[in-house]
Amino acid sequence: MIVQDIVEKLGLKVCSGANGLNREIEGGYTSDLLSDVMGNADENHVWVTLQTHKNIMAIASLKELAAIVLVKGYEPEADAAEQSNEEGIPILSSEEEAFELTGKLYEIINQAK
Amino acid sequence: MEFKFAIEGGNFSKAGSASSEVKKILKQLNVNPKIIKRTVVSLYEAEVNVVAHAFEGNMNVDIDTDKIVVKIEDKGPGIPDIDQAMQEGYSTASPQVREMGFGAGMGLPNIKRNSDQMNITSKVDVGTELEIINYFG
Repeated sequence: MIVQDIVEKLGLKVCSGANGLNREIEGGYTSDLLSDVMGNADENHVWVTLQTHKNIMAIASLKELAAIVLVKGYEPEADAAEQSNEEGIPILSSEEEAFELTGKLYEIINQAK
Repeated sequence: MEFKFAIEGGNFSKAGSASSEVKKILKQLNVNPKIIKRTVVSLYEAEVNVVAHAFEGNMNVDIDTDKIVVKIEDKGPGIPDIDQAMQEGYSTASPQVREMGFGAGMGLPNIKRNSDQMNITSKVDVGTELEIINYFG
């Protein structure tokens, strides 16, 4: 399963990093605490959060995450979007809240396994 | 091999850049990916601590054939009670820093979990020195 698959299945908006839509997804993590994500998310995970500032890209890059999905229609700040484009790690956006979105992602990713 | 990176206190837009450089070097050296991952987590947390709490700092990296030794020194407020600071959930971060999702009191515990050796010394109103050692074998 790749990032493009969840974009299509969940109708997500691609805010930035479209050059990384073919990145492989193997799981996910939902949290708004950066150290929690740093300590517990893993490579090729999709990260669900409401944080929109540039540091989310530092985490995504260091952890080699597949993509970030912002909830409740949030959009990345300009410098976060810029780094997302540079690194080819997509930032996506969903109109849904974290609970609903995480539930759907969990189902889709597990079905694909 | 020795490398030195400057860390600016308060500049969150650059937080993680030193850790990212070290990650690139370790990848080029073909270090075991599991050890790179552990090292990156501990260095990022250490870097963010300097950005969030100190005025300025340095990350000094010494890579040997069998290990990486990183010393992060800062000029800043120091830590009055290191045992307390090591407790999961304890933080002195400002409300603004917490709103960004930092300051959850998970930084130092994350460093401890992701390093083979961690040594920390601090002087109040002077600064903090943190040493992280990870073995490649």
